[in-house]
Amino acid sequence: MSAPSSDEAIRDASAREIVLRDIRLMGDSQAVDVRFTDGRIAAIGAAAVADAHPEARVIEAAGRIGLPGLVDLHTHLREPGREDTETIETGCQAAALGGFTAVHAMANTQPVADTAGVVEQVWRRGREVGLCDVIPVGAVTVGLSGERLAELGAMAESAARVRVFSDDGICVSDPLLMRRALEYVKAFDGVIAQHAQEPRLTLGAQMNEGELSGELGLTGWPAVAEEAIIARDVLLAEHVGSRLHVCHLSTRGSVEIIRWAKARGIDVTAEVTPHHLMLTEDLARTYDPLFKVNPPLRSADDVEAVRAGLADGTIDIVATDHAPHAHEDKDCEWSAGAFGMLGLQTAIGVVAATMVEPGNLTWAQVGDRMSFAPARIGRVADHGRPLEVGEPANLVIIDPDAPWEVRADRMASRSRNTPYVERTLPVSVWATFLRGRPTVMAGALSGALT
Amino acid sequence: MKHLLSAADLDREEALTLLDTAEELASVTDRAVKKLPTLRGRTVANLFFEDSTRTRLSFEAAAKRLSADVITFTAKGSSVSKGETLKDTALTLEAMGAQVIVLRHHASGAAQRLAESGWIGASVINAGDGTHEHPTQALLDAYTLRQHLRGGSGDLQGLRVVIVGDILHSRVARSDVALLTTLGARVTLVAPPTLVPVGVESWNCDVTFDFDDALSDADAVMMLRVQSERMNAAYFPSAHEYSRRYGLDSMRAAQLPDHAVVLHPGPMNRGMEITAEVADGHRALIVDQVANGVSVRMAVLYQVLSSEEGAA
Repeated sequence: MSAPSSDEAIRDASAREIVLRDIRLMGDSQAVDVRFTDGRIAAIGAAAVADAHPEARVIEAAGRIGLPGLVDLHTHLREPGREDTETIETGCQAAALGGFTAVHAMANTQPVADTAGVVEQVWRRGREVGLCDVIPVGAVTVGLSGERLAELGAMAESAARVRVFSDDGICVSDPLLMRRALEYVKAFDGVIAQHAQEPRLTLGAQMNEGELSGELGLTGWPAVAEEAIIARDVLLAEHVGSRLHVCHLSTRGSVEIIRWAKARGIDVTAEVTPHHLMLTEDLARTYDPLFKVNPPLRSADDVEAVRAGLADGTIDIVATDHAPHAHEDKDCEWSAGAFGMLGLQTAIGVVAATMVEPGNLTWAQVGDRMSFAPARIGRVADHGRPLEVGEPANLVIIDPDAPWEVRADRMASRSRNTPYVERTLPVSVWATFLRGRPTVMAGALSGALT
Repeated sequence: MKHLLSAADLDREEALTLLDTAEELASVTDRAVKKLPTLRGRTVANLFFEDSTRTRLSFEAAAKRLSADVITFTAKGSSVSKGETLKDTALTLEAMGAQVIVLRHHASGAAQRLAESGWIGASVINAGDGTHEHPTQALLDAYTLRQHLRGGSGDLQGLRVVIVGDILHSRVARSDVALLTTLGARVTLVAPPTLVPVGVESWNCDVTFDFDDALSDADAVMMLRVQSERMNAAYFPSAHEYSRRYGLDSMRAAQLPDHAVVLHPGPMNRGMEITAEVADGHRALIVDQVANGVSVRMAVLYQVLSSEEGAA
């Protein structure tokens, strides 16, 4: 191999080393300089510039906010099986544009991610795409059928190192099976992420049950169907001494049960989606299935309760439940429409609008709810780390002064089912770095990538 | 009026205009030649995704009496039969020249969705959407009550109407509560608690679980059909217990004031929510309702199509 020319050496240095000027880490009032070298944070402060390679790439962050790369515990990437609606590549593009450096891909693909083979395939495809780490979630039961446990141990030991198991979309409603699952994953420090929905109480359910469902003639999805399962599961988790994660909780009662369980010392964590922080059931009045989601959009009172729960830490994390759907599955009457909404690209903007702007969370707390805590729950080693020297250079830069109007055609996803069309979100993702490489620069996917 | 999607959308003036128009058009029915040239050259499409012979025939008769051309599409499929989507079928009918689509659909909100989605430009008349609304049924009920209890004109101020049965799943009940109260009537709903919607307290009406309590001061009783599929879904223990507690038999009918009338949107389960004796008795206006249905649907078609002319 011949010695590299000087051009190549410069390119090499600017790829290996990046200096970020004037960045407000964790939303701090004081801007600092940060240097990434070989995928890690090499220096923070004066040394970042002083000791930099002369050909290092310099990026002016101009006082924008730096948070650890966001981690989503709940994403549907649809590959394998429904590549017409999303692929791992398009989903990772949406994730990177949304500031995520790691996403957990839910198991309800075709085939279901219920074997080591499928989870390894998903994990590898994420590595090949290289925009964002894709961490597969394993199914709890074979084929999500709720009948017998999938080979959880094999998935845990696979290259994908699965730690989060979920039949998301379907509740593990059988209490005995749930108990066994909670017990079994203790062997490899796993967690069961429960989609809390009592199936019999939600037969044919279409929207939140309340005054409005009665008026609209849509079958109700009562809060108690969520709360009854959460109450049962926290008691089961306490009894067997295991770890429980509650997916997308959506009601005031659910927040109260989680608060009670935590006070009791039960090892439970919980997530809320951006859409449950912002949108209410009133959108069902349009009968437009764009606003149809599971669990359903709830009342303004529930929205207030989940915001308060996220603020005080009762709810640990924001998770997107990014759920791409084909146009024809939304361009129809309400009851024929599919459940689910896009969420990756708009998550941080919605959190800024609902939590940061009203003063419910600081940016540092957003970093906790959207990076540290989800990585901890998912036992993801290289993400959700503090922004300190020696840590992996996974970072998102948020422009707090760049509102954007959401448009369906700006979604990187293969699907267009964003519920935020024509809404203006107060902040934008300006840049995302995965192990020191920019995946997004100036709000666009970075051309530096292969 | 571009569309008729919901009885709740009608204010008092609009509702009275429709009833008065129906009254005028009803006189056609008494002529030897039962036809007006009003809608000649216009096309009305009946789009029925759910079996409803009587509503479909009623709209057909209404359109034909106004000399409109009628095309009819019926699909028995449910939401799972993907072959016939609402959007594609509506586009097809519009391409065939339909200016009005009369839609019966199993999905609540289907008519509103069709009207607001931008799929088509035609007017939409809701002929029953899921468990949401059935506005022309409410109009024919109001028309029938007005004819028999208010001399065929004005509103229904002070009239006491009792609606009995499966309120939860009834589009007729929702539309009736909306329209009859807009016209000044007082509505009381009677049902077992399992068949009362959550949030009913916010409706503009009274609710009771005891049928007998509601009888003595009722001017009209409307009995709703109880679908057979409710029987196996734990809404009530047995058909027998249901009819004992919530059925209208001659004993209960005898407790009504002398002038009180009995309505039923049909089709009836004789022996379940109503006994044959009452259904065929002197209080029953069930056949009148059918005749009046044609008149109010003529009025609705006329209003919808004449607004289209105004806009053009």
